[in-house]
Amino acid sequence: MSRFDRTGLAGAGVLAVAALVALVAPLLIDAEALDVTRVTAGAWQAPGAGHWLGTDHTGRSVALLLAQGTGTSLFVGLTAAILSVGIGTLVGIVSGHFGGLLAGALLRVTDFFLVLPALVLAIALSTVLPRGLGTIVLAIGLTSWPSTARMVRAQTLTIEARPFVERARALGGGHGHVIARHVVPSVVPLVLVNATLAVASAIVAESTLAFLGLGDPTRISWGAMLHQAQLHGAVPQQAWWYLLPPGLAIVVVVLAFTLVGRALEAVVTPKR
Amino acid sequence: MRLAGRFGGAALSLLMVAVLGFFLFRVVPGDPVVSMTRGRPTTAAMQAELRAQFGLDRPLHEQFWSYFTSLLHGDLGTSFTFRRPVSEVIGERLGPTLLLVGTATLIAVLLGLWLGVRAAWRRDSVFDRVTTGVSLTLWAVPTFWLGMLLMMVTGDLFPSRGMRDTDTAPDFVSQALDVGHHLVLPSVTLVAVVCAEYALVMRSSLLEEMHAPYLTTARAKGLRDDLVRRRHAVPNAVLPAITLVFLRFGLVVAGAITTETVFSWPGLGLLFYDALTGPDYFLLQGLLVVTAGAVVVMNLLADLLHGVLDPRVKVV
Repeated sequence: MSRFDRTGLAGAGVLAVAALVALVAPLLIDAEALDVTRVTAGAWQAPGAGHWLGTDHTGRSVALLLAQGTGTSLFVGLTAAILSVGIGTLVGIVSGHFGGLLAGALLRVTDFFLVLPALVLAIALSTVLPRGLGTIVLAIGLTSWPSTARMVRAQTLTIEARPFVERARALGGGHGHVIARHVVPSVVPLVLVNATLAVASAIVAESTLAFLGLGDPTRISWGAMLHQAQLHGAVPQQAWWYLLPPGLAIVVVVLAFTLVGRALEAVVTPKR
Repeated sequence: MRLAGRFGGAALSLLMVAVLGFFLFRVVPGDPVVSMTRGRPTTAAMQAELRAQFGLDRPLHEQFWSYFTSLLHGDLGTSFTFRRPVSEVIGERLGPTLLLVGTATLIAVLLGLWLGVRAAWRRDSVFDRVTTGVSLTLWAVPTFWLGMLLMMVTGDLFPSRGMRDTDTAPDFVSQALDVGHHLVLPSVTLVAVVCAEYALVMRSSLLEEMHAPYLTTARAKGLRDDLVRRRHAVPNAVLPAITLVFLRFGLVVAGAITTETVFSWPGLGLLFYDALTGPDYFLLQGLLVVTAGAVVVMNLLADLLHGVLDPRVKVV
């Protein structure tokens, strides 16, 4: 097994655990335990008996918050990545397959959004749209597609220059046939790799938006926990148990997606 | 001809930035006044007055035209919360951001390129694995979290808020030392995140060159390994890396927003945070136009610089 396989498998293992936590946590956690008005424990308790990751500024268990937040972070990461890679693939194939004015315009727009800082645009979008999960997904998905579009376009151009596509055209294959039978199958592996890496950056983006207070106020996510920690002074309180777990969770899951993505990349492009 | 094309492309991008700014903050929100006064006691009459004051009662195309012509005159409108011209508010915050971003970028570029070169030259060595591993991990670390951690770990060693203390002696040396002291944590945070990216970029750029025939020739001439690297491989590999550094300027901008927010560094990033918590759409619009415009200009510079540094790429 190569190094990529091993790290990729480790990443996949971490993701399986995270997915399990995300699915099981809402079923096992009592809503009252996360209700600020119902908690009985004291605020800012260090880890110990009863609360093995301590409590936050309202006395809620950090461990429970962490488990509950897994679902939100993963959900936003996955859906935003699907949206972003979906737009990117569509734009890439269309601008690669059809030449002319349309392709030129699409390429121009892609390049424009490629250089703009995605986070700044995502902040702008989530400020003007109503707060909610859908807004975050839209804000991240609509601003992070250009790199996928570039890659898919390049792959489309490469594949369409090959003799078998010329043959298909000569035999009377139309646009639909060439795209569905030749272009799409050749971009799928690339798109999968891209999607995995896109989830990683979407999770970081979600945590950043939530940290800036642009998240869904009704939901717990890792970024939202860090927002609360900053707001209520976890740093001056030296409440490391409130600061470390959500941040580490983000790092571990994002790293896991990155490692799986790189392992897939090594499979898809075997030259390196 | 190509040079004209580059400038034309950049001009078109700047135009698109202006349109995007208008679309995002005047068209998407519907009525900006309702959003900006949310949570504050306002009567319908007050809202109507505000609309008239900011010209929001006119048809959209007229609003766009006046927005666009003032933009060309360097007028970014009036801030809703500061009640002062946006360009003035932004101008005041420019200095601290340039200081922070400039320091961090310089250190990150030097360190990142050095790490990348070392890692790629001895591929799969312990140094390479550690550098790549640390870089990938840092890439996964949210900037703001790293800042908070550093703040907690260092305790009282470094100041964690603002840019200078109020009780510092007014002479230049003490002031400069004080600002430098405040600069440590924010710039370390920004360097850590950006440097990781640069190291990975430089590493893969040098790896591309590793099997080039000219390196075999250089070795066959009997050059020492170290000379082959310094004189032959790195100069070729550093060009695409430098271009990418410029192209990823947006990354630094994004990092600056969260870093400045965490450390209350009084620059454009903190202004961004203040504007979005308002929310102050007019200020946000100005900030978006200015930062996006800066990124577009940086990209043009990268293109031109690449042409100057690498004679194989003919720009003129």
